[in-house]
Amino acid sequence: MTDEKFKSGSNLEKVLLAGHFAVTGELGPPQGADPEEILHKARLLEGIVDAVNITDNQTAVVRMSSIGSGVLAMRAGLEPTVQMTCRDRNRLAMQADFLGAYALGIRNLLCLTGDHQSFGNHPTAKNVHDLDSVQLIRMVKDMRDKHIFQCGDEIKAGSPRFFIGAAINPFADPFEFRPYRLAKKIAAGVDFIQTQLIYDIPRFREFMKKVVDMGLHKKVYILAGVGPLKSSGMARYMRDKVPGMIVQDEYVDRMVAALKGIPKEEKKARRAALRKKGIEICIEQIQEIREIEGVAGIHIMAVEWEAAVRPIVEGAGLLPRPTVT
Amino acid sequence: MIVGEQKPLAEIRELLGDAKKVLVVGCGTCVTVCFAGGEKEVGILSSALRMMSKLDGHPMEVDEITVQRQCEWEYIDPLGERLEEYDAILSLGCGIGVQAMNERFPDYLTLPGLNTTFMGLPEEQGVWEERCQACGDCILGLTAGICPIARCSKQLLNGPCGGSQNGVCEVDPEIPCAWQLIYDRAVKLGRLDQLLEIQPPKNWSTSRDGGPRKITREDLMLAEIE
Repeated sequence: MTDEKFKSGSNLEKVLLAGHFAVTGELGPPQGADPEEILHKARLLEGIVDAVNITDNQTAVVRMSSIGSGVLAMRAGLEPTVQMTCRDRNRLAMQADFLGAYALGIRNLLCLTGDHQSFGNHPTAKNVHDLDSVQLIRMVKDMRDKHIFQCGDEIKAGSPRFFIGAAINPFADPFEFRPYRLAKKIAAGVDFIQTQLIYDIPRFREFMKKVVDMGLHKKVYILAGVGPLKSSGMARYMRDKVPGMIVQDEYVDRMVAALKGIPKEEKKARRAALRKKGIEICIEQIQEIREIEGVAGIHIMAVEWEAAVRPIVEGAGLLPRPTVT
Repeated sequence: MIVGEQKPLAEIRELLGDAKKVLVVGCGTCVTVCFAGGEKEVGILSSALRMMSKLDGHPMEVDEITVQRQCEWEYIDPLGERLEEYDAILSLGCGIGVQAMNERFPDYLTLPGLNTTFMGLPEEQGVWEERCQACGDCILGLTAGICPIARCSKQLLNGPCGGSQNGVCEVDPEIPCAWQLIYDRAVKLGRLDQLLEIQPPKNWSTSRDGGPRKITREDLMLAEIE
């Protein structure tokens, strides 16, 4: 079924294995059944990223399923990384979905805890959390490498062979425990990591130093998470309101300064100036982060601003994307 | 202990319908200690019901009684003789007390006057917090004596999620992050190594396996005399 020299044979795996600096993107499925939005976003990302994350009811808001959307994105020429949270499914539902997703051609999987349901549009829902993200990683790995279901039964009709991803947040607390949490995910069998959005490079550098000291960067590919700011308000909101995020004041200040000299009534010009600055900052960040030891790639989160990804990747000198066979 | 909270008066009034004579049954154990359904609260609620029913033009006669433990037959059995007099019975016991009343006295419907909220402790005067969800397979020995099943919003077993910051949970800044507490205590006790071990998927069959969970202790059962 799959070439045995690869774990999954996905493009993302091949790009990373070949030693290229990987670029992944993100695509949020629509809050409805119309496939057009996915096809539209896919056109903006095609040829620019090595794989694209398809979110799973992100921020606990119901959207088209990550597997369904992932298959649509795949038909449109992208390689999807299907996200799967522990919030909405128990171990039976997850394993069933993995079999289905693999049969449909999905090869990358991102194992997540999931945002709490209280943030979303069904706050009275019962959450599942039958497994946590570490246990989920182990289950997917055992399905691939030991050909067993979580219960221990043998998978006789074809094992799903995913390239297994997970997230880490170097900006959450307890900060000292974060490298150990990464070590646990590695021990559970993760292949690649995508980080939370980075708006505090010194702290990320400190985290990566610990990761490198522990030798963890040699056991897993770490893709640093970045995203273009749209406005100073967005930067401020993330700094002050989003749990688990740190945004240095510098970013807020630079977004404010981008509007200097443009009159309030010139809305279009202000918007363009902000967007230009957001993309410019993102490119700078990528160049700075790229120099940090242990970083194997970049994960660009420009949800609902997919058009920003091309100028960012291009500006960072990461085009064209490699073709690895 | 079991912690409960009295239902809103309007809801209780609604539950009682057009009953003319009501018995309010308190419990002298957990719900007395948490000031929700003991003798004192039975008295206050009964007065409130009398006044309210008088004001709305359907005066109710309300009698009061508080038993030592509403969840054990021997304490509620003596009530049996008097229930006939009443149109409605309102329990201020926890959900177990209400059901004990209904099981022991199947001819009378006993209504709930409390919401049974959790098993917990008084953190300080007037503040109670949950500590145990009775998962049936205690892991406190692995988590520095702090329960992530009851206290982590996502019941994580392998460390904090990405939403923990400044010691609080992403769900609400009023909720301390259970894993921050576990981490801090494990460090203090020199048991960080325990947190680095991968905890396998939990066996939830002891927690919610379908149907009520049951313990049978033959050593304590009364021998049948032939």
